[in-house]
Amino acid sequence: MNPSLLRPSRHAIAAALLATVGLLPAAHALEAGQPAPAFILPTADGKTVSLAALRGHYVYVDFWASWCGPCKQSFPWMKALQAKLGGPHFEVVAINVDEQQADARRFLGDAPAGFTVLFDARGATPAAYGVEGMPTSFLVDPDGKVVLVHQSFKDSERDALAQKIAVLVGGAQP
Amino acid sequence: MNRLAAGLIAITACAVSSGCAMQAPKPWQKGVLAKPEMTMAGDMLELKFNDHTWTSKEASFGGFGVGGGGCGCN
Repeated sequence: MNPSLLRPSRHAIAAALLATVGLLPAAHALEAGQPAPAFILPTADGKTVSLAALRGHYVYVDFWASWCGPCKQSFPWMKALQAKLGGPHFEVVAINVDEQQADARRFLGDAPAGFTVLFDARGATPAAYGVEGMPTSFLVDPDGKVVLVHQSFKDSERDALAQKIAVLVGGAQP
Repeated sequence: MNRLAAGLIAITACAVSSGCAMQAPKPWQKGVLAKPEMTMAGDMLELKFNDHTWTSKEASFGGFGVGGGGCGCN
């Protein structure tokens, strides 16, 4: 057999072996400067919202779950952020990753959002964004590029983070 | 041909032996794990009591359950 014909099959075998034992590198978390993966997700009332439709806005994309304590703390903060910066330049979009939407609805009953909440029970969007902990948020600029990644939510960071976002968003306003 | 056979055997062996392996849940898949009933201790009072003993004996604490509901953030 021609050895050159064997080479690709060796690679294929190696790849198959790695794949079967789960050693292929996992998707990495998005970093600032990378394009934000597109999403089209439903709201609670059956409408859909896509990231593409928000082109031209700064979008604060937050991944949250009802079982995540810090997510609960972040909701009033995001509400205030939306109230302060929301408008033609800025939008908070919180993507719920609960497998049962009823859990999310219960959570929202306790902590009304005041910003756009979308649902992704299948987890395709957090996978595309490479979310490594809950909550994780991404600030996407008007061109669809990630400009800020923030994992977790601590009370001690709330002012500094809001300030950072205000500066980034404020720079784009005419 | 021998190589091909060896390759096929290797692939089959790997596929079969990894059949029972479980991938760790992703951060957004920990909803069930975060439920209180999923802690190793059956009883919260007993857990606190054991934790208290552990703290005094080992001069360290924590390491039980899923911190912050499995957020991976604290």
